[in-house]
Amino acid sequence: MQHSPALETNTGLDNRKLLMWLFLASECLFFGSLIAAYLLYRDKSVTGPYPEDLFDIPFTSVSAFILLMSSVTMVLALAAIQRGDQHGLRIWLFTTAFLGILFVSGQAFEFTEFNREGLSLSTNLFGTTFFVLTGFHGAHVTVGVLILLSLFVMAQRGRLTQAESLHVELAGLYWHFVDIVWIVIFTLVYLIQP
Amino acid sequence: MARAIEQKPSPILEAMRRLRADAASYRGIWSWITTVDHKRIGIMYGVTALAFFVLGGIEALLLRLQLSTPNGEVLNPDQYNRIFTMHGTTMIFLVVMPLSAAFFNLLTPLMIGARDVAFPRLNAFSYWVFLAGGIFMNASFFTGGNILRGELGAPDAGWFGYAPLTLSRFSPGEGVDFWALGLLILGVSSMAAGFNFIVTILNMRAPGMTLFRMPLFVWMTLVTSFLIIFAMPVITVALFELLFDRLFDANFFNVEKGGTPLLWQHMFWLFGHPEVYILILPAMGIVSEVLPTFSRKPLFGYPFVVFSGMAIAFMSWGVWAHHMYTTGLGAIANSAFGVSTILIAIPTGVKIFNWLATLWGGSINLKTPLYFAVGFIAMFTIGGLTGVTHSIVPSDYQQQDTYYIVSHLHQVLFGGAIFGLFAGIYYWYPKFTGKMLYEGLGQLQFWLMFIGFNVTFQPMMILGLIGMPRRIYSYPEGQGFDTWNLVATVGAFMIAFSVLIFIINVIATARRKERAEADPWDGRTLEWSLPSPVPPYNFAEIPTVHALDDFWHQKYAEDERGRPVPVVAGGSREAEEEAHAEGHGIHMPSPSFFPLISAMGLPIIATGLIYDPAIVAVGAAVLVVGIYGWALEPATE
Repeated sequence: MQHSPALETNTGLDNRKLLMWLFLASECLFFGSLIAAYLLYRDKSVTGPYPEDLFDIPFTSVSAFILLMSSVTMVLALAAIQRGDQHGLRIWLFTTAFLGILFVSGQAFEFTEFNREGLSLSTNLFGTTFFVLTGFHGAHVTVGVLILLSLFVMAQRGRLTQAESLHVELAGLYWHFVDIVWIVIFTLVYLIQP
Repeated sequence: MARAIEQKPSPILEAMRRLRADAASYRGIWSWITTVDHKRIGIMYGVTALAFFVLGGIEALLLRLQLSTPNGEVLNPDQYNRIFTMHGTTMIFLVVMPLSAAFFNLLTPLMIGARDVAFPRLNAFSYWVFLAGGIFMNASFFTGGNILRGELGAPDAGWFGYAPLTLSRFSPGEGVDFWALGLLILGVSSMAAGFNFIVTILNMRAPGMTLFRMPLFVWMTLVTSFLIIFAMPVITVALFELLFDRLFDANFFNVEKGGTPLLWQHMFWLFGHPEVYILILPAMGIVSEVLPTFSRKPLFGYPFVVFSGMAIAFMSWGVWAHHMYTTGLGAIANSAFGVSTILIAIPTGVKIFNWLATLWGGSINLKTPLYFAVGFIAMFTIGGLTGVTHSIVPSDYQQQDTYYIVSHLHQVLFGGAIFGLFAGIYYWYPKFTGKMLYEGLGQLQFWLMFIGFNVTFQPMMILGLIGMPRRIYSYPEGQGFDTWNLVATVGAFMIAFSVLIFIINVIATARRKERAEADPWDGRTLEWSLPSPVPPYNFAEIPTVHALDDFWHQKYAEDERGRPVPVVAGGSREAEEEAHAEGHGIHMPSPSFFPLISAMGLPIIATGLIYDPAIVAVGAAVLVVGIYGWALEPATE
């Protein structure tokens, strides 16, 4: 079934694409619950360190900007495969994955930095909710990077042809979703301080 | 990738190819292990769920034995806590949900005129993950020491696992870890199935099968699947939070650091109330198929029943705090949730009246499936009405945590879901096995179960109202509890006996010589147009649908007073199927090992999280191998 794209569906949407949209819809509830727990416990920590002691807004802004730019390169990768430009596809897939790696590295740096300044998972409610929320987001980015690198390897071996552009499109949907979630987290957790 | 591997000669790959050839021709045990056929997966779901039903039932009998007399000594308090927790968890997550999933699998593609679900391998993955999760959850029994000396290790915090009772301080040992990780694994299974069925129903309908020509069961499958994919992420987060607290000393529910245990209750019930409808809507779908067939009338008010199902699903998101009236949310919140809970009774009532109107004036064919379906309506109505009594806040204050609640939830989950599911089992059994279950044994089972059910659970309502709390392992004599508890225990054994009759019926039927016809009940939906059992490719030719209950209209025209008149040679597609010579030229998805391999990764990872990070790495490696093998193997050869 997977290799018969001519098969008509009732909605006109490919089965795999519909699956991805449904998956992302349910992911909204997943991140929604995590964000709700963060907001519920905001300002409820009984001991420090508190967010205002630790957040380095310029640094996180840069890493947020990097993640946003990776959405642009993702779009370029999809455009490349759709017009049959294999060279462009490889370049943009790799760039997107690289920007993703940069973002995750930035997060790893931020986590160790906070840890050094005395915030761990068990220090207070802020530590608990912050690390779990942003950690799950980071895990999502990491999975995205693995998908992108897998696609890159397939493209290198010439196994990702113009007819299979849907694979890149699906990875793109996931990647953009993870970016959008970061915009929400960045705004609610870092930018809007009570 | 796969093509490159096949060029290298290798004994292992040769053996694998032989197994695949066997599996493709439906021979041998490997053909079951690697199957991606929705009918076989459905049968495996059903058999596994019924096995867990027996296990959960034995747990229930132990509980009832312990409570049959005051100061019972069958179980000690610790064993009692573990067994009632596992009874609830098993019956909800390992029996009713997968038994519903069995029907989704068996029926959805047939009813919409498709050859399989949208993602056959994902479907196999759902089953294997369910099995892995069920075994993992029950493995916790063995972690408490020597099980032969009664040292059980199962979770002991109740099926809704309230924090802080579930935290390490109050629940030491691994039981609750197994519980939380087991539910996470089972959640993966349910979500994968949910996605699969939504895509199948929205995308794979036969020509002419518009949404409002779909059988009601398919509608309920769709609605339930949407509930699953939106409710499961919420419990997933709650369980992760609990595990972070238990395994890594996080503070989500730690009051000392400012956390609130109420967060658990909100998240659990925000999942938990949609979950209640995840359990009952499939049974409602089954009953909505059985009643029209056995009354030889179309379902009364089809669009009303569809929209009521959707209304119930929407409203189920706004009633969760009625489980929490006594937590001190305040008068306004309690009133609001009280009103929303009363409102959700309206679409439920609409359905009940539509079912009654379907029976009204029909030419009733009184067979076992109809007995169970009518039993469902009666018992579910009582269950629903007791539900309305505790939507009233002051009344609920009195009933909270008493046997009245135990009685109510069994009225809807047993009197409702289980009766509906048995109606479905008797109705569709011939379609998938090619043999009819014995009618006499079926009716005997029904009456035993129906009487046993009422003898067990109606006394609990009285016990609750005179003040017997739930979840106590024993009670002293002279409280007025003695008689009714003994009666309830007798009833529980009647239910057990009725299940034994069912098992005997299945075994006796297997030895039966005569084959079932394609359409033994004079059915209305597409699956009855196919031979029994259904061939692997389902439809030799994809049908074109012209109306709701299309198959019925092929068989019957109407006279001027609206009475059915048989059409000569109408209906049967059997000749067509046979002419198609074993389905040559139909490309079915290939069998695959990878769903099973991927599924095995999850319980290994979960075990590692409890015992040793090195095992996590092993599990992750298995999962990665499974996923990459899956992604790179061609879906059809």
